[in-house]
Amino acid sequence: MKKIISGNEAIALGFGDSGGVFASGYPGTPSTETLEEVARLGDVYCEWAANEKVALEAAIGGSIAGGRSLSTMKHVGVNVAADALMTLTYTGVNAGLILMVSDDPGMHSSQNEQDSRNYAKFAKVPMLDPANSQEAYDMVRAGFEISEQFDTPLMLRTTTRIAHAKGVVVPGEKIAPQIGEWVKDVPKYVMLPNFGKIKHVEVEARLLKLQEFAETTPLNRVEMGDTEVGIITSGVSYQHVREACPDASVLKLGLVHPLPERKIREFAASVKRLVIVEEMDAIFEEQIRAMGIEVEIGKNKLPLCGEINADLIRVALDDTKAEVVAPVEGLPQRPPVFCPSCAHRGLFTILSKLKTFVSGDIGCYTLGALPPMGAMHSVIDMGASISAAHGMAKVNAIAGRDEKPVAVIGDSTFFHSGITGLLSMAYNGGNALVIIMDNRTTGMTGGQENPGSGNTLQGIPAKQVEIAPLVKALGIENVAELDAYDLKATEAAIKKGLETPGPYVLIDKNPCILRYKIRKPAIHVDQEKCTGCRACLKVACMALGLTASGEKQKVRVDPNVCNGCGVCTQMCKFDAMHELEGENNANL
Amino acid sequence: MQIFNIVIAGVGGQGVLMASKVLAESALASGLDVKQNEVHGMAQRGGSVISFVRIGDQVCSPVVMPGTADLLISFEPLEALRYIHYLKPGGRLVYNKVSINPSTVAAGLAIYPDDVEEQIAAACAAAKGIEALSIAREAGNGKAVNMVMVGTVMKDLPLKEEIITEVVKQISQNKGVEVNMKALAGGAAA
Repeated sequence: MKKIISGNEAIALGFGDSGGVFASGYPGTPSTETLEEVARLGDVYCEWAANEKVALEAAIGGSIAGGRSLSTMKHVGVNVAADALMTLTYTGVNAGLILMVSDDPGMHSSQNEQDSRNYAKFAKVPMLDPANSQEAYDMVRAGFEISEQFDTPLMLRTTTRIAHAKGVVVPGEKIAPQIGEWVKDVPKYVMLPNFGKIKHVEVEARLLKLQEFAETTPLNRVEMGDTEVGIITSGVSYQHVREACPDASVLKLGLVHPLPERKIREFAASVKRLVIVEEMDAIFEEQIRAMGIEVEIGKNKLPLCGEINADLIRVALDDTKAEVVAPVEGLPQRPPVFCPSCAHRGLFTILSKLKTFVSGDIGCYTLGALPPMGAMHSVIDMGASISAAHGMAKVNAIAGRDEKPVAVIGDSTFFHSGITGLLSMAYNGGNALVIIMDNRTTGMTGGQENPGSGNTLQGIPAKQVEIAPLVKALGIENVAELDAYDLKATEAAIKKGLETPGPYVLIDKNPCILRYKIRKPAIHVDQEKCTGCRACLKVACMALGLTASGEKQKVRVDPNVCNGCGVCTQMCKFDAMHELEGENNANL
Repeated sequence: MQIFNIVIAGVGGQGVLMASKVLAESALASGLDVKQNEVHGMAQRGGSVISFVRIGDQVCSPVVMPGTADLLISFEPLEALRYIHYLKPGGRLVYNKVSINPSTVAAGLAIYPDDVEEQIAAACAAAKGIEALSIAREAGNGKAVNMVMVGTVMKDLPLKEEIITEVVKQISQNKGVEVNMKALAGGAAA
């Protein structure tokens, strides 16, 4: 039956229909919905791992034990899993293994714009690049077959416009899972140098075989049209090409590594102008130029940064300026913001006031860097808040600067890779204040379960790690609780943490109001008492605003948005803000 | 049929994605090809959200380019203005008149323009503003703004109203069916 589903949902469905047995991943936009959908479909085991390295290693175990396995993550997650990947390519697989990675060209929700196709080259593994939901579905099955036929892990790569875009899918026949033998094979799975040397030779030979496969597989197809222009492309770029030049000849690559050299040569020879349309890095172009093939248009006319679209392709081909339809200028920006009544708001109100250096991390709390808070001064990667704060403190000590850095990290990020940083800080006699915002969910990706939330991905009650004993076991002696809704207490706790020498950990255990659907009555502003001093606006809550211009502007609270946390009321020196009696109207 | 491009704009949390789903499912149920796409992920609430729905015999790109939208549905006036350049000449615009402050305005860093609706009217003669929140509340739930908006544009779509109504019925959860039906009808009558 026809369905309209996203690329992520299509991959989940394809996994179940391909006899998939085991799936493990870590949430990360735009990859997250894949495992959520596997869980929702309900017929295959799946789990959230503590991080991407653990997820891929678990999938490797699943494959060795004979079950078709899937590991899912966003592009930067592969950096975490790369240690496993770079040796997995040597061992190969038992049952098929797919590493699904979602890239984010345009950085809609990511800290960088890395192109995962580089990893396929780096790890010398085949990579598939679907161009719509149907292909995403089909390529899971094709991917398992390639993985098993060539004894290799396979990367299935999507981008935001494939992962999140919904299109029509007609599912194929469902294969029942067939779990193979659990084989002991020392030379295959033990990568001691002597075994590894043999395996490296095999990896190079495998790549040549895959290259032959690439020449003939229907995954790479030529659509001959007008021979004036021939375009080599893949993934969502193919759709933009079809939009911009419906009549052009196209070599559409589904298997994007390794490349089919003969097929590319033939195609190039059959058209007048050869054009390469690929998002982000010049991966095809560099390889095709290295084959000695003349490329007329590639990254000389198309951007390395951001997404490709049909207009960019038209402009590159026609060498004309497209008519620019300009947006209205001067409108107030609407950046993402802490939810009304989020506990992070109280914390950052105080950190902003104290003007201390905040070493940040990846999560909702990263928004503390934006105005008017401006209270986060470095954000690098998962876990870096703690390790970078440690390095800062050491250099500050050497420089004779009497300043203690603050690290802010959430529960899921702490489990992912904050624990090792804190262990290292305790071991090396560090000197930072670490604030762990333990809201019992992986918030920014939509509220996923994690080792602290009490449930697994499949909704089964689970061990719930307590952070305070864990932190103490790492060697941190000063551990205290924090209630970020209480501004005075928060300020006092942070000051104490900064004044006490050595590592100091504060843990806020207020749950995510969105994930746990916490509702409180809205705040009301007494217009008689409000002086319009705007002190409350410093909390940066979208429920607050000024009354219409003209008369003396006073603060008003939008009862459709306010969720009654009371942080703003603590900023008011004129007793003008109070909780309203009755039901909450918040349109959350 | 020619491709019909719809842009749906709003603020995170308003139900833009659910409205997009209704239109996409309705297109599928009408035997048409459809692609729907939005960008989400960064934080949960309060950010600007834009979603594309493209309907036709065969749809390639999931992205609507500026200057090509047949219809812009905005759940908030400022967001209507922010994405009004997506409309093609003669394209239609329907927006919810209830404004939501951006965080920049809430923090006193920017001012919500007094003349948003005048600017909308100047840029798009066919623009229509509706009181979606009060219609949704009359239907029984302020959160049904998204269904009110779908109801308002039903007659502008290349889709049959019965099909859209049926899709809304199917995807509404038990208690929500009645509210969503009323919201849809309330929007259609606005």
